[in-house]
Amino acid sequence: MSARLAVAGLSFGYPGRAVGSHVTFALEAGEILCLLGPNGGGKTTLFRTILGLIPALTGAVAVDGADISHWSARRRARAMGYVPQSGGGSFAFTVREIVLMGRSAHRGAFAPPAPEDYDAAETALETLGIRHLGGRDWLRISGGERQLALIARALAQEPQVMVLDEPTANLDFGNQVRVMDEVRRLGASGLAVLFSTHHPEQAFACAHRVAMLHEGRLAEIGTPASVITEAAMKRVYGLEVEVVPVPGGMSVCLPRSWRTS
Amino acid sequence: MLALEVGAYPVTPGELWNVLTGRAHGTAATVIYAIRGPRILGAMLVGAALSAAGASYQSLFRNPLVSPDILGVSSGAALGAVLGILLGLSVGAIEGVSFAGGLLAMALVYGVAVAIRGHDPVLVLVLSGVVIGALMGSGVALVKFLADPENQLPAITFWLLGSLASFTRADLMALAPPVLLGLVPLALLRWRLDVMTMGDEEARALGVEVAALRLGIIAAATLMTAAAVSVSGVIGWIGLLVPHLARLVVGPAFRRLLPLAIVLGAAFLLAVDTLARTAGGVEVPLGVLTAVLGTPLFLWLMAASRRAWP
Repeated sequence: MSARLAVAGLSFGYPGRAVGSHVTFALEAGEILCLLGPNGGGKTTLFRTILGLIPALTGAVAVDGADISHWSARRRARAMGYVPQSGGGSFAFTVREIVLMGRSAHRGAFAPPAPEDYDAAETALETLGIRHLGGRDWLRISGGERQLALIARALAQEPQVMVLDEPTANLDFGNQVRVMDEVRRLGASGLAVLFSTHHPEQAFACAHRVAMLHEGRLAEIGTPASVITEAAMKRVYGLEVEVVPVPGGMSVCLPRSWRTS
Repeated sequence: MLALEVGAYPVTPGELWNVLTGRAHGTAATVIYAIRGPRILGAMLVGAALSAAGASYQSLFRNPLVSPDILGVSSGAALGAVLGILLGLSVGAIEGVSFAGGLLAMALVYGVAVAIRGHDPVLVLVLSGVVIGALMGSGVALVKFLADPENQLPAITFWLLGSLASFTRADLMALAPPVLLGLVPLALLRWRLDVMTMGDEEARALGVEVAALRLGIIAAATLMTAAAVSVSGVIGWIGLLVPHLARLVVGPAFRRLLPLAIVLGAAFLLAVDTLARTAGGVEVPLGVLTAVLGTPLFLWLMAASRRAWP
């Protein structure tokens, strides 16, 4: 049986300016993969290529064994949901209307939403625990609430794969934890989840596997403990860190320069 | 009703009733059916067309400050019309050339935008609209320079300011089909237009074929704009202001925005046109009136919306 999401020999970037190459990995249903890497390292470009928003320079992306390069936008959107770093536009739609847009791929261009589309949007709001926000103005809710609503919108697409681009960027600590709890739940519900972050702790806490994108290549891929090592952090981020185990089986990364003694 | 009654030949409510129920003929009937009726319908249709096109462009370009003028449509249509006047064409032919000019300008703008890749497509489209519009504007200036100052120049100037003074039943017949033809796809695509406000990439990730949809929406909105400009001249502000006002009332969802923009646009231009033909001894150009009314209204809107654009 083929993997839910399979990326093989992917080169990505723009014509004449490759950002990365030789990216190969596979993701099973229910598995969460965390992508780490420095700013400007091409994490977003890699995600956009996997989603088919920009064409791959070489290589292929397959969902359940089927090459998606010739799929229509609609078909892709039914297979893969995308939570952008900051999305939702700048018009005063209600949260419910934004989530309902996740159903576009299930309807023809001229067709209004059907009752099951409204139901799916409502279920997605319910799942994220933000049904009370349904009637709120998109421009008047907090960054954390928007992020949860964007996850609800991607969920309403009923995809098999979920891609989240730095879902906790610009969020306060409480909202970071809340969003990461939802990411964990997405995996537990059977979705193949791919997300990027700048916090190694999130990888330890949420991901089954971690990949590090370094100079356009996937430098490491494996369990959090095997990938997030002092050597790897030094190589990728140029930082001296100490990986400190904490009670409960996970670890945290402490920069050595922060230790006074 | 009021618009049917007032004017150079006033019609009383009683007379109007008789005319409309077919019991009276003569001057009042002629005024209503041949002159005022078509003009009223024309004003409403032009107002509705410009507002609907403006609402579409604003959703498509995710910017509440764009209007039908941005793609160079109005200036293209204007260049076509003034060329027609310069060449001494008939009224119908001038409208035809103007319509073609509007569509040509749009095609040019779109062609340039497609040729220049690798930038934000919306930005490129708007900028090439501005540039092509400026080029068309200098073409208009050249035609004015070449025109016979006795007859042609006043006609050109009057047309550029916008007017429905010579609007006839034939104009109505020329205006209605392209406006309806443009309106139908916009109404059908109302849900997709909402998704387009998310931006290209997000819309595509949500399953929308962005490039094809954008071309279709631009074509529909441009068709309506070109048709309106070719019969009425350049009437600014409506396409910018009315959709904006409608969005303040019903929000950005296109299924509610479009109908309200149509109704408000029709009512607004009918009111302005009625004012234009009754307020002074001579007809005030429509473009002047919409600008005089539009500027303070726009400034007020800007000041009133304390939060981000609605």
